[in-house]
Amino acid sequence: MALDSRVPKGPIKDKWTDYKNHIDLVNPANKRHIDVIVVGTGLAGGSAAATLAELGYNVKAFAYQDSPRRAHSIAAQGGINAAKNYQGDGDSTYRLFYDTVKGGDYRSREANVYRLAEVSANIIDQCVAQGVPFARDYGGLLDNRSFGGVLVSRTFYAKGQTGQQLLLGAYSAMNRQIARGKIEMFNRHEMLDVVVVDGKARGIIARNLVTGEIERHSAHAVVVGSGGYGNVYFLSTNAMGSNATAAWKIHKKGAYFANPCYTQIHPTCIPRSGDYQSKLTLMSESLRNDGRIWVPKNMEDVLAIREGRKKPTDLSEDERDYYLERRYPAFGNLVPRDVASRAAKERCDAGYGVNATGEAVYLDFASAFERYGKEQAKIHNIENPSPAKIKELGQAIVEAKYGNLFQMYEKIIDQNPYETPMMIYPAVHYTMGGVWVDYNLMTTIPGCYCIGEANFSDHGANRLGASALMQGLADGYFVLPYTIGDYLSADIRTGKIPTDSKEFDDAEKEVTDRINFFMNNKGTKSVDYFHKKLGKVMWDKVGMSRNAQGLTEAMSEIKAIREEFWKDIYIPGTADEMNPELEKAGRVADFLELGELFAKDALMREESCGGHFREESAELDGPQKGEAKRNDEDFAFVAAWEYKGEPADAVLHKEELEFKDIELKQRSYK
Amino acid sequence: MNLTLKIWRQKDSKAKGQMVDYKVTEISEHMSFLEMMDVLNEQLVNSGEEPVAFDHDCREGICGMCSMYINGEAHGPDRGITTCQLHMRMFNDGDTITIEPFRAAAFPVIKDLVVDRMAFERIQQAGGYISVNTSGNTQDANNIPISKHAADEAMDAATCIGCGACVASCKNSSAMLFVGAKVSQYALLPQGQVEAADRVQNMVAQMDLEGFGNCTNTGACEVECPKGISLENIARMNREYLSATLKG
Ligand SMILES: Cc1cc2nc3c(=O)[nH]c(=O)nc-3n(C[C@H](O)[C@H](O)[C@H](O)COP(=O)(O)OP(=O)(O)OC[C@H]3O[C@@H](n4cnc5c(N)ncnc54)[C@H](O)[C@@H]3O)c2cc1C
Ligand code: SF4
Ligand code: FES
Repeated sequence: MALDSRVPKGPIKDKWTDYKNHIDLVNPANKRHIDVIVVGTGLAGGSAAATLAELGYNVKAFAYQDSPRRAHSIAAQGGINAAKNYQGDGDSTYRLFYDTVKGGDYRSREANVYRLAEVSANIIDQCVAQGVPFARDYGGLLDNRSFGGVLVSRTFYAKGQTGQQLLLGAYSAMNRQIARGKIEMFNRHEMLDVVVVDGKARGIIARNLVTGEIERHSAHAVVVGSGGYGNVYFLSTNAMGSNATAAWKIHKKGAYFANPCYTQIHPTCIPRSGDYQSKLTLMSESLRNDGRIWVPKNMEDVLAIREGRKKPTDLSEDERDYYLERRYPAFGNLVPRDVASRAAKERCDAGYGVNATGEAVYLDFASAFERYGKEQAKIHNIENPSPAKIKELGQAIVEAKYGNLFQMYEKIIDQNPYETPMMIYPAVHYTMGGVWVDYNLMTTIPGCYCIGEANFSDHGANRLGASALMQGLADGYFVLPYTIGDYLSADIRTGKIPTDSKEFDDAEKEVTDRINFFMNNKGTKSVDYFHKKLGKVMWDKVGMSRNAQGLTEAMSEIKAIREEFWKDIYIPGTADEMNPELEKAGRVADFLELGELFAKDALMREESCGGHFREESAELDGPQKGEAKRNDEDFAFVAAWEYKGEPADAVLHKEELEFKDIELKQRSYK
Repeated sequence: MNLTLKIWRQKDSKAKGQMVDYKVTEISEHMSFLEMMDVLNEQLVNSGEEPVAFDHDCREGICGMCSMYINGEAHGPDRGITTCQLHMRMFNDGDTITIEPFRAAAFPVIKDLVVDRMAFERIQQAGGYISVNTSGNTQDANNIPISKHAADEAMDAATCIGCGACVASCKNSSAMLFVGAKVSQYALLPQGQVEAADRVQNMVAQMDLEGFGNCTNTGACEVECPKGISLENIARMNREYLSATLKG
């Protein structure tokens, strides 16, 4: 099938308006006869479910947690972008569009990104109207901060809990619709397959995670907003339950999977401490505004620190290698996430890591304490302040800015970051790839939509901060409700979709067969055993930097783990009860397929772009020597994979990307 | 560390539960409490036994899913945190740790340590929202100025993660802290004013229907709340409720 992105014709700034003016509408009386299933109730699914219900459709919403309020959107700390230009610093739709396309290393679809920038301002209005308590200045107006990689202040935030507050906003809108009976909410339910009837998505098979019952749910359209798949690495900043199952199941039924290898690795996470570790905790990137990153210059010092003979504070300025400031004088500690992450890995690979596992660098606030302290002393007319006084004054300022993060760090690491530099290391954070969708957010299965982090759209190869929340809410509140109407307008006479058809029988059988297999397999190994094994291959060979040899090996190693999994998996308990091991088994089975496609995609992409660093594609000389080298000539396309059985056999379809409104430039942070 | 765990095991909501003893060895002080539970579960799976079911997801202290009653305290001995942020360095080698589900009539046990907190959902559905259309055709956000003080206070109330520790630690199983936080958030914001009277009455009525107990000002909820939600929210809810009922 040829890929049609269905981007409307015309100038970029008119596309969305024109589109909305010309779509078919569903009359309100008819909406009552149309059912929509929404899988996932994070920012994307939650806002979509609420809005579709508001419009009059009958919505059935599904989430594996016990409440929509617990979706992983809750964890986003930093903020959400919007081109409001409240600060009068020259922000505009075009600038947000430009920054986002550039930040995605020119691997996203122009028209989608422009629309995103266009509706971004509405998102803030909507959320404020819902009672989201964004930060305010003393005049009572909304406050903004700026995020890495941009020159304007366009990030709206609610303390360090922006994601939580935005999600609670969408959740409250959902609650209103649940109370009205327009949303039927299925908590603790997991979608295990999609049902396709006459080529159209017409329902899902879900498991009630409390009783184990397998249920059939039909609808005129299915929307998947199931979040990201970073847990394919086992360790990531994602929630433990975050998974690819819903996205992967629609892929197996015909939805193409795009750019699976684009992953964002976040540079400021709390390092791994041992094999028992279950997840990695993100520390907001805003810390890089004031912290300086370094490792010791000399190997003797590294060893002395690891063995506890020296403390980081014992090292003088010139015994430290502030490697970001050294390599990237223009941006210093504020280089984009991928650059900062790779540079940390490079130093640690070279042996300079400062903790027991050799996978940590320092994030040091000493000079911020001093800088702020001196400023405070001036402000308060303190003459000849002692170094201790300066430090105390400076610490108070840093505490006001990042106190909760310092506290979180201390809880986890048991060291006081005011006294000794923090240790940080990169971690898998956000997956830019996902299900391929057209301009309407529809997958290659008619009637099946995909929104939020689960789709591939808008972010290209390197998402900037604060744009994922924006996309989730844009999709759910403002884009999908229009585009899905255009599709559903053909369904007003269809009537209820029966669930007793052969298609439902078949899909249910597939699901139950698989569950029965798990329950009856007389294996010896736990799900986590396989998940950790997969994660190690992914991190070592499909991680921050990749090469052809490693990727080829990864593909066959993952296949081998998958074969072992299907032979040797052991699941205790029964299928007709709450059974967390069974839930995990299904998710890991899907990760074991996705992981291989991920490696295959990375192998195909013989260029470096954004978070994807191909070692073979680096600048060989000149001022950019050693940096990532993009290849626009051959790779300015979206890689959309068609399922053909084994992941290794997936077929590549290319959506060529056109850049009419933005000139392609090489990124430079030197 | 070597530890003895006394854990509540209950097959499902209808079965009778009981405390069962387990031993875990080589627990590192750097592990989180849930990682220690992972170690136990891996051990149980490897010996063909059923692992202990417990709720958890984000493991960052923000989703509100993890809910354990440890040595008689919701979320265990540390302050201002959830169970997933509790670290084993809070315990000593040789300790016996008692682990139970959150106990409250309104939170029935689903399995082992997993409880059903749907009562909280229904309270929210009874009015925990502002009735605004999700069309995006709302007025410009800066047309609703809100003083920094009010915004900060609303934010503090909105920080509640809906974990239920307040209920679990209250001798009356009262949900006042949770409901108070939600009522306060909207009562402090101009957007929430129009429906304020209905909201508080509906939410309180639903809270009573769900079988939560009354507040007798013991204050245990505030002590155990991982997000530092203050008792002031209960007072504010009471004021809101009183003025709503007076208005009729
Ligand atoms: C620690 C962290 C910090 C972040 N900080 C920021 C930030 O500051 N700014 C920013 O813009 N972005 C940030 N992000 C990224 C952003 O939070 C996410 O991309 C975004 O919230 C994803 O929203 P979503 O609705 O697509 O998915 P989620 O919120 O993950 O929701 C997924 C939903 O799908 C459900 N689900 C999944 N599978 C199934 C299934 N099979 N059946 C039924 N239900 C299912 C889940 O129950 C859940 O409801 C951060 C991410 C993390 C992890
Ligand atoms: S008030 Fe505190 S203890 Fe109660 S649900 Fe909210 S966060 Fe949990
Ligand atoms: S697992 Fe999310 S708060 Fe503990």
